[in-house]
Amino acid sequence: MNVPIPASKWRVSDEMTAATKSSKTTESSSNIEGLTGDAAIARALKQCDIDVLSAYPITPQTIIVEDYQRFFADGEVKTKVIPVESEHSAMSACIGASAAGARVATTSASAGLALMWEVLYCASGLRLPIVLAVANRALSAPINIHNDWSDSYGARDSGFIQMYCQSCQEAYDTTIMSFKIAENHSVLLPAMVCIDGFILSHNVEHVELLPDEVVRDFIGIRDPAQVLDPDKPITIGPICFTDYYFEVKEQQDRAMKEVFRVYKEVESEFEKISGRSYGIYETYRTKDADIVLLTHSSPAGTAKAVVDALRDRGERVGLLRLKLFRPFPAAEIGKELASAKAVAVFEKCLSFGAAANPLALEVRTALYEQPKRPLVTDFVIGLGGRDVPPTVIVEGYNKTKQYLEKGKAPFYETLGVRK
Amino acid sequence: MSKKFNEIPMGGNILEPGSAMQYKTGGWRAERPKHTPDDCLWLKNGTCLLCWIFCPDNAVKIAEKDGKRTYAFDYDYCKGCGICANECPNSCIEMESE
Ligand code: SF4
Ligand code: SF4
Repeated sequence: MNVPIPASKWRVSDEMTAATKSSKTTESSSNIEGLTGDAAIARALKQCDIDVLSAYPITPQTIIVEDYQRFFADGEVKTKVIPVESEHSAMSACIGASAAGARVATTSASAGLALMWEVLYCASGLRLPIVLAVANRALSAPINIHNDWSDSYGARDSGFIQMYCQSCQEAYDTTIMSFKIAENHSVLLPAMVCIDGFILSHNVEHVELLPDEVVRDFIGIRDPAQVLDPDKPITIGPICFTDYYFEVKEQQDRAMKEVFRVYKEVESEFEKISGRSYGIYETYRTKDADIVLLTHSSPAGTAKAVVDALRDRGERVGLLRLKLFRPFPAAEIGKELASAKAVAVFEKCLSFGAAANPLALEVRTALYEQPKRPLVTDFVIGLGGRDVPPTVIVEGYNKTKQYLEKGKAPFYETLGVRK
Repeated sequence: MSKKFNEIPMGGNILEPGSAMQYKTGGWRAERPKHTPDDCLWLKNGTCLLCWIFCPDNAVKIAEKDGKRTYAFDYDYCKGCGICANECPNSCIEMESE
């Protein structure tokens, strides 16, 4: 069923990866460099003037730690860099430092993120802003260093904000914004900035860097809400049983919902200094679309090329590229997709034994209240870094079209696997 | 114990030291320690106090005033763990079912 697409259509143009460039901003004195996604994040961390970086290197996030260690060794940053012996310790050190009022960051992927698991919940439960850059990578076994979203999708209930980036520029911009979102007193939650391992982490794209002082003025110095201070002792992390645990979780849930508002505020401020904005999700040619493709990260770039090619053939198709997965913007997405006939979800994660997979579960829930529910198809793609060429997206589109005619679709299916 | 989510500190933090006093662990007790003064070294010569040192809930209350020593348990906080009875070198403490 694959529709051949000419190679010229495969290339993702600048408009497809770059953020909406507003004409409001006059060109600032920013410089452009060729950077990998990892290097772009390291540069953002450097400009954010973090107090503590505690991390353990793991492929494909290693460049972030390497670059940052070099900034440190060269005396370019005043950060306390803690080279810990494991990811569990990396996050634990971040928790202590954040509790003391510091601006902190760490980075991980795959098995490293899995080893952090226990303490991820401590970071969010204690309401400690920490930025965690994740270069998404598959989980063992079989051992695999390439990209899918099983690692951070697995951590979707850990209370971290999750933002997924499509370009190196977006990775840089989002890292800077994430501190301001996480440290906001209505939020006070840790945040993951996710990029696709290798596809983004190791590929060089042009990245427009903001001047140091502009970033400094934008994010300022962290103003901690409740800190560990010997002069005014408080207890952070006490036992909380049947009497109060539930109330603490209620607080956490409400803080998470504040992220929608705070994200938008921070981003509109960021747009003023950079001219760039992304939105909690982005729509691409969705107006009048019968079928909307829905995905995020690198497959979204491919999907944009597919949308263009299919539109050229008269197909009414568009793309919704999600940025914020936690919290999930269910109400807005529900409204956005209400007029579509079908939504085709593409996701790089298989939730063994589940009715469908993490992204489609959210999308189906978001659409359930709509008077005319669109059909939702769920395609699991690209596990373990299996390439996702445009033909895979086209195949999903064609299947969705057929299911729409039949009025019935399977809960989910895998695409791009030999079976 | 009936405060709402927005009436308690963020993240379950405790802002005032010593708040454990508000939690009466005596409610957990299934066995209560009973002290027999006859062989108690504290009452006899002001020594020992192993029970007082080991009690995890600060529930052994000892005092000395005008050369007169007293001994008691604070049953608001004594959780009945039996550590005092176990540590006493002279078997002065016995655990009795509540
Ligand atoms: S039973 Fe336990 S809590 Fe009670 S007085 Fe003895 S040591 Fe303390
Ligand atoms: S441990 Fe026994 S002997 Fe020693 S002070 Fe306590 S009750 Fe008395």
